[in-house]
Amino acid sequence: MNPATAASPTAKSGSRTHTSVTCPFCSLLCDDLEVTNRGGSLGVTAGDCARARGGFERDYASLSPQMDGRDVSMDQAVAAAARLLRGARHPLYGGLGTDVAGMRGLLALADRTGGIVDHMLGDTMYRNILAMQDRGWIMTTMTEVRNRADVVIFANLDAVSDHPRFFERNIWNAESMFGLATKSRRIVYLGEGLNTRPGVSPDGRKPLHLRNEPERLGELIGALRALLAGQSLQARTVAGVKVAELTKLLGIMKGAKYGVIIWSPPRLPFASADLVVEAICDLVKELNAQTRFSGFALGGNEGILTAGAVCTWQSGYQLRTDFAAGYPEFDPTRNATARLLADDDVDLLLWTSTFLTGQTPPETKAPTVLLAPPLRGLDTRCAVYIPVGTPGVDHRGQMCRVDNVVSLPLHQVRESALPSVAGVCNLLLQSL
Amino acid sequence: MLIKLTGGTVYDPMHGVDGQVRDIYVRDGRVVSSPPADQRIDEEYDLRGKVVMAGAIDPHSHIGGGKVNIARTLLPEDHRPHPIPRTALTRSGTGRAAPSSITTGYRYAEMGYTAVFEPAMLPANSRQAHMELADTPIIDKGAYVMLGSDDYLLRMMAAGKTQAEINDYIAYTIVAAQAVAVKVVNPGGISAFKFNQRNLDLDEKNSYYGVTPRQILQTLARGVKELGIPHPLHIHGCNLGVPGNVQTTLDTITGVEGLPIHLTHIQFHSYGTEGDKKFSSGAAQIAEAINRHKHVSADVGQIMFGQTVTASGDNMAQFRNRGFATPNKWVCMDIECDAGCGVVPFRYRDQNFVNALQWAIGLEIFLLVEDPWRVFLTTDHPNGAPFTSYPHLIRLLMDKSFRDANFERLHPEAQAMSTLKSVQREYSLYEIAIMTRAAPSRSLGLGDRGHLGVGAAADITVYTPHGDRERMFEKPDYVFKDGTPVARNGRIVRVTDGGTHTLRPGFDKAVLKPLRAYFEQFHTMRLENFCVSDEEIVNDGRGRIIVNQLRAGSRG
Repeated sequence: MNPATAASPTAKSGSRTHTSVTCPFCSLLCDDLEVTNRGGSLGVTAGDCARARGGFERDYASLSPQMDGRDVSMDQAVAAAARLLRGARHPLYGGLGTDVAGMRGLLALADRTGGIVDHMLGDTMYRNILAMQDRGWIMTTMTEVRNRADVVIFANLDAVSDHPRFFERNIWNAESMFGLATKSRRIVYLGEGLNTRPGVSPDGRKPLHLRNEPERLGELIGALRALLAGQSLQARTVAGVKVAELTKLLGIMKGAKYGVIIWSPPRLPFASADLVVEAICDLVKELNAQTRFSGFALGGNEGILTAGAVCTWQSGYQLRTDFAAGYPEFDPTRNATARLLADDDVDLLLWTSTFLTGQTPPETKAPTVLLAPPLRGLDTRCAVYIPVGTPGVDHRGQMCRVDNVVSLPLHQVRESALPSVAGVCNLLLQSL
Repeated sequence: MLIKLTGGTVYDPMHGVDGQVRDIYVRDGRVVSSPPADQRIDEEYDLRGKVVMAGAIDPHSHIGGGKVNIARTLLPEDHRPHPIPRTALTRSGTGRAAPSSITTGYRYAEMGYTAVFEPAMLPANSRQAHMELADTPIIDKGAYVMLGSDDYLLRMMAAGKTQAEINDYIAYTIVAAQAVAVKVVNPGGISAFKFNQRNLDLDEKNSYYGVTPRQILQTLARGVKELGIPHPLHIHGCNLGVPGNVQTTLDTITGVEGLPIHLTHIQFHSYGTEGDKKFSSGAAQIAEAINRHKHVSADVGQIMFGQTVTASGDNMAQFRNRGFATPNKWVCMDIECDAGCGVVPFRYRDQNFVNALQWAIGLEIFLLVEDPWRVFLTTDHPNGAPFTSYPHLIRLLMDKSFRDANFERLHPEAQAMSTLKSVQREYSLYEIAIMTRAAPSRSLGLGDRGHLGVGAAADITVYTPHGDRERMFEKPDYVFKDGTPVARNGRIVRVTDGGTHTLRPGFDKAVLKPLRAYFEQFHTMRLENFCVSDEEIVNDGRGRIIVNQLRAGSRG
């Protein structure tokens, strides 16, 4: 007996409506969607956003498996891919846009073939991982933000560009657990080029916006830490922001009952961004000497957190792990996709991408095997193309959410003959 | 297929068998009675001169779930010196204090363990915990779901809901999270920390809910008993690691009104404040209290010297201890208005007064608690030490001269503060079999595990007796899992997938409606997606659900 498994769909004259559907197309994994299936064509009828519509409502072409651009059977494609894997001395398993089961399959292949695993957004992830591995951090999760945060600072991001429903779900939610009037939350933006309209409260209060030069965020954080430590600054402005404004911001932070500072690794696109993350985390730790304050990292789209979590529990290491020695070796610099391809350090690329972006593998001299849904306009010019379904659309699955704590079930919302990434990996493993 | 294990010296405390020479027959994964003389034996193992026990059971080891994966991520330096190469049979892996999940399964099986229980599964993180446990091969698994700082329970208590209503919620959570027991960590304290309370004593109120740890302990312990959950409430008490917490622990024992409780890693909760350094052993008082109160069981959480990492749901305590982080990095998390976690790397040193005394306190408790049915062998992996140190720990318990030799290497002032050397007791093989097999099985209600009677699951471990008990327990000759030989001389010979122990306590379905509304109102996931389905555990046939019996007389 298990009393509360996923709701069964309701059927109505040729259409079926699925409720409490999990959306895998951004790392928030919103699970309050309603998806209606009319003869295999899907529409998001509740809980929608641009990413959800882009994912659930996209059309598939009738693409067959291919070898060097020629249509072949699935058996032939799998046999050809297996042949390439057998012959490869150092394959790269890239992309990694898949669910837990798909990642398990890819890791089994990587272990077996002495390959490397890295995600298409690996560069961004390491802005966080390096900071965490150097200093650690204090972090919080979505339900805590939603119910507890009275001060929320967005450092170089507006959240909604990558996670359209972030404010709807976590900031301006109507009710909170502990009597916090959510519309009274103090919202602060740091940086430029941000869409700050979602930060205006339902009763019209404008957010505080400090327009620091984005790439100088680290200096701003450093100045806040100095002020918190009781130092006086000789500079009048830091990173383009008046020290008086920083002092005011620090007052807001110290006055928070439960403050949260949010950053997003993809929104820190400059050298040594890991040191900026580290500075943010140290600031958070220092604030906790008196009050409660937490960090929260956004980003993590295209399944990178799922890929990283599975790789970590199975191998002990995060992504950018190399199995060539016969055991896992971790090197976030050496095992980066761009570096490996530029230096011809791999002789086969198996690229997996099933969500919104990244279906075109990077250019490389190495033969490429592509696992991707048969999207319209997909460029299938590669050694072997194997069409696969989208997790949470064509088959069920599981994924890890942006806060690295909650994971959710993905549901199947339409009949599909497409295999899953895990299914293809199993066939490949059996053929090796 | 009929297997005969011939002539081994059997230790099976569940049936009072203490070192008797017996033949054991196994068919289809179960122990069967001796067949007729003309029955063909398909496979025979000559175990004359060998020691035979049921597969060992670890009732408290942090092997899967978010905080373990945080520990793995945080510590590549734990993994680099400990690579585990792939073989034709086994997958590669790494690690010692926070090993990879696949390696964890192999290491336990190689040591003769056939079931391990993750003791701190946050409801919000239960799906990931099960996903990691699913990737932990060979051994059976189970998890204790953490309650006591979750908003729903605390708001029910604050609103004066009845025990029956709370029991429905506890039962629902056990089923939804696919748990086999209930754990409480720093009752109410993880929540209090989020409201900026830095300590929470047994009778101190959580500033928001006005509820005290004592009330939470009583409510949960009563609920667990009334629901017929076999394992008593698994308690990580208040004030972990704080000198003087021996009094808190004694008050906890007497404060639950005779309800069954299990005090976990009690070593960390047995500290006095005597002596120059205001840190002393409370082991004698704790052991005396356990001996007197038959409703109490404990596991020790023995520490061992060397590098490890502490991973706990108790972020209040972990934040307090952050200054001890070695290497100097640590993680704390507030989680989903449900729980929290803290990960602090730690190096215990025998020349550090406090660490040395912690080591002695753990052993004092082991040796002063008289009833091995009520004290289980744990290091609270990885918090006291990695689980791979169990053979060493067994030798410390079984061999006084070895224990004394180790004791004499401790910080001299710690030696002066401990009575350990005056304790003569040496554990027998029978007692080791109780504390590592029979007792955890009985406590958790595992039924056909932890013993070798007819009908038992054929989880069997075979050792070559050796004067050096560490050597003996390190690499068993044979390990059988459900009748299949999985390890030989400490090496994996067959990789299987274990099952997941669960319970199905009954509850009034009326609990679902307000819970569903509560999730939609406040949470960031829906109730139906919170629930871990059977399908997810079964995982296309790789996993298996074992539903254990509730205690007789319960309403399940």
